[in-house]
Amino acid sequence: MSGYRLARGGRIDRNRPVAFRFDGRDYSGFAGDTLASALVAGGVTLLGRSFKYHRPRGLLGMGAEEPNALVTVDRGPARITPNLRATQVALHDGLVASSQNRWPSLKFDVVALNDVFGALFPAGFYNKTFMWPRAAWEALYEPVIRRLAGLGESPVARDPDHYDATYAHCEVLVIGGGIAGIEAALDAAQTGGRVILIDDQDDLGGGALSDAALWPLLTDLKARLAGCANVTVLGRTTAFGYYHQNFIGAVESLTDHLAPAEATGPRERLWRIRAGEVVLAQGAIERPLVFDGNDVPGVMLASAGRTLALRHGVAVGRAVVVMAAHDSGWRDALAMAEAGVTIAAIIDIRDVVPGDLAEAARAAGIAVHTGCAITHVSGRHAVKGVTFAAAGTGPERHIACDAVLMAGGWTPSVHLWSHGKGSLAWSEAWGAYLPGTAIENCRAVGACAGAWSLGSGVITAVLPNRKPVRAQKAFVDFQNDVKARDIHLAVQEGMRSIEHIKRYTTNGMATDQGKTSNLNGLQIASTVLGRPVADIGLTTFRPPYTPQTFGALMGHHKDALFQPVRKSVIDDWATAQGAVFENVSNWRRARYFPRGGETMEAAVLRECAAVRNAVGMFDASTLGKIEVVGPDAAEFLNRMYTNPWKGLQPGRCRYGLLLREDGFIMDDGVSARIADDRFHLTTTTGGAARVLGMMEDYLQTEWSDLDVWLTSTTEQWAVIALQGPMARAVIAPLVEGIDLDGAAFPHMAGREGTIAGVPTRLFRVSFTGELGFEINVPAHEGRKVWDAVHAAGQAHGITAYGTETMHVLRAEKGFIIVGQDTDGTMTPADMGLDWAVGKKKPDFVGKRSLARPDMDAPGRKQFVGLLTEDAGELLEEGAQVVADPDAPIPMPMIGHVTSAYRSAAAGRTIALAVIADGRARIGQTVFIPMPGRVIRAKVTAPMFYDPEGSRLNA
Amino acid sequence: MILIHCPYCEEDRPEVEFTYGGQAHIARPLDPAALDDAEWESFLYIRSNPRGRHAERWRHAHGCARFFNAIRDTVTDRFEVTYKAGEQAPDGAAR
Repeated sequence: MSGYRLARGGRIDRNRPVAFRFDGRDYSGFAGDTLASALVAGGVTLLGRSFKYHRPRGLLGMGAEEPNALVTVDRGPARITPNLRATQVALHDGLVASSQNRWPSLKFDVVALNDVFGALFPAGFYNKTFMWPRAAWEALYEPVIRRLAGLGESPVARDPDHYDATYAHCEVLVIGGGIAGIEAALDAAQTGGRVILIDDQDDLGGGALSDAALWPLLTDLKARLAGCANVTVLGRTTAFGYYHQNFIGAVESLTDHLAPAEATGPRERLWRIRAGEVVLAQGAIERPLVFDGNDVPGVMLASAGRTLALRHGVAVGRAVVVMAAHDSGWRDALAMAEAGVTIAAIIDIRDVVPGDLAEAARAAGIAVHTGCAITHVSGRHAVKGVTFAAAGTGPERHIACDAVLMAGGWTPSVHLWSHGKGSLAWSEAWGAYLPGTAIENCRAVGACAGAWSLGSGVITAVLPNRKPVRAQKAFVDFQNDVKARDIHLAVQEGMRSIEHIKRYTTNGMATDQGKTSNLNGLQIASTVLGRPVADIGLTTFRPPYTPQTFGALMGHHKDALFQPVRKSVIDDWATAQGAVFENVSNWRRARYFPRGGETMEAAVLRECAAVRNAVGMFDASTLGKIEVVGPDAAEFLNRMYTNPWKGLQPGRCRYGLLLREDGFIMDDGVSARIADDRFHLTTTTGGAARVLGMMEDYLQTEWSDLDVWLTSTTEQWAVIALQGPMARAVIAPLVEGIDLDGAAFPHMAGREGTIAGVPTRLFRVSFTGELGFEINVPAHEGRKVWDAVHAAGQAHGITAYGTETMHVLRAEKGFIIVGQDTDGTMTPADMGLDWAVGKKKPDFVGKRSLARPDMDAPGRKQFVGLLTEDAGELLEEGAQVVADPDAPIPMPMIGHVTSAYRSAAAGRTIALAVIADGRARIGQTVFIPMPGRVIRAKVTAPMFYDPEGSRLNA
Repeated sequence: MILIHCPYCEEDRPEVEFTYGGQAHIARPLDPAALDDAEWESFLYIRSNPRGRHAERWRHAHGCARFFNAIRDTVTDRFEVTYKAGEQAPDGAAR
């Protein structure tokens, strides 16, 4: 193909030249060009290399359907967008683009050897070949295949652009701005409702932009549209998905069509539109013909040739041959001839074509060959000529040419219709699926509804040829390099459903989702199987209609807005102290407070020792909290938790264990009875919402007779855990209205009073095994009380500690963390928490499940401690435990390590684990195989410090 | 984004405000201890999985926080009707 700019014509502005670069060379086009039209005008034929065979490829289409001309556009550092269709890249000054999937250069590609050995790469080749040895898959096959068979390279730097997002509502949404779409929008506007018209091009008009005869009508329609105040037109906007209840996702391109200096503001905008009615006017896409050599650069759709000539003033070549099976090819040829393009010949597979078309062609001096088919295309990087024969098998004749246009009929674009789950109906006349019955309030108009006359034609599978299909390079899916013979092979190998054929051959699975290949693939499968197309089915269309950027879909939801971070009122203080943080569900929690250049290990050992020897303070505000109020509050908790609650006296606390109805541990926490009808519940930090949801479920749907109210109070309370032998001494001067004496305020008591002048619910509870308090104060006073406690603690050597230290201290005492030591399959008995199950209670959530035989069967995993033989050895959490390290692989695993720390109190490492029949193995040695070695450990009770619990009651 | 009608708020609200709650009209037995293992298994795990109309529970979690029931078509995702907890399912809905 040697394209050139026609002397006149087109909708380009010849007074506004535009300079751009492609593959490092300078080119020039005009305002109104696309990158594709400007390149063709500049004589560029070769625009890419194919996915699998690295075959040279040129332009095929002129819009969203383009499978070959995928380019990478470089808008400056970190602004690199791969895989854009050159046909949809608007030309602007300073545009820098490059071709893809070629090495070292587009013209000379080493991997094109794949093509020479093409017979080695049939359908299913990768599945069949690269199977053995297994290790080679990761080390060799996959990296090499990925390098060779790829599209553009993803940018690696952070995207500096920002993306907008908005919602819109309208009575009527029209998708597609061709004549049919504009008319639908004008009709809808008459009713006075809000109308939105979406179109993906730079200019409204769709196919009419390529038909000069329609330009006056278009001008008139656009003027009327501009006069409708209730119509919003969104240009350069692609409706990519049609979701339930007329909810449409669309992306508007805001700056990509502008020169870099003019591109300010967000790059794209995501529109989420809810419409009363959706009118689809997406038009139709022309279908390629399948014949030997149909992918040689210079072979393209007739509609593309027409658009280039009529809209962009570009001739695709100096001698153009049209291969038609449809009237539209003749009309395109005639329009192009009139625009100044030399049409060497029209070949049509049909014996008879409409007389007026044949007559007009002859009058235009075009050679006409009906009843004939192209049998071969010569040229590799560009078309040099075609061979054709009567019925494909007669004596061959040759025509020298530099471009071939295919007119294989039209495929109505039913993509969005199908997203909306509308049914499809096979139309013999179109040889395509048309919209059937809608589920949503939706209708299709124009060509996508089959309601547009593009003439008539015949639908062919593969053009007739003397050569067998397997000897032809006749492509069906250009982007995924699927040939007609691959579909033959798939059927031969037993595929019957189009869904299987699609996956076996990858036909229609590329980024274009088979816009030009699906129906040809169906037609070929139908012919080979000898069954009607409608029997074979159609693959499912799914969003997005065209690939979209992650940036647009993400919009403002990045950085701090990606997921809101919950911070306690002590967070500022911890930050100022240089705390290292960790995320726990959505909360940001201080993990440890390093001093100087301390490592985590050193900081945690120091913090642990401080709590055991003096006193430590910990921000426990993230604990989930629920206020349970009402005359039936105790009865409700009695039914929810495993242990009895009705006998709990006001002023007392109790550890509560919550099961799911299936009997497995869901959550735990200490709760206090504030009054007869009022409880202060706590849950785990991560489980708060889940627990409240579960409790509401039972309360609303099972026990609606109970008079109880649940209120989430997690955010209302700041909680300071004060732990260690000096804890009482620290708060004594601050507390009023509560007798702190050990006898008056024993372990598991809760009192109300004030601390530092602030009302408090003070609980004497401990998650460390030390004398301890949890100071609950209103959140807005939390920082004030924290500062007062911290100041009062200075005389006692108070040390702030973080979640890591909290974890170690509780592990030393064998207190579980739900979700770390349990995994959703552990019962109270498994975890040694039988004591927390009320045996006399007639019912509680999960009780019946605990009576299932498997729930106390031998072999269940049980919660135990592990001490490694080497006291300095720290086990890995999650490591598997085995009884016999010499057992053959796969080695039977008897459990796993759930927690492991360095313990200051124990003077060595400690670990917790769940191990099958673990309690019976106490004293035995088990093994933890790790890469290259096996660690030996002794099973112990899950208790490493103060087993008598004497410190708790100090 | 489906719009779901909350029968308590009496408004159509976007689906992100709601959470799914499984099949509707399965009452927790009043005396679980009276059930044998097979009966308890049936209550706990056995659910219908119809292609079509399905009676199911939803919760307006980020709204009024109430649980309610709905008849949804599992093929089209269409909500035929939503109704308050405790009300009878419309006739013909899969149980």
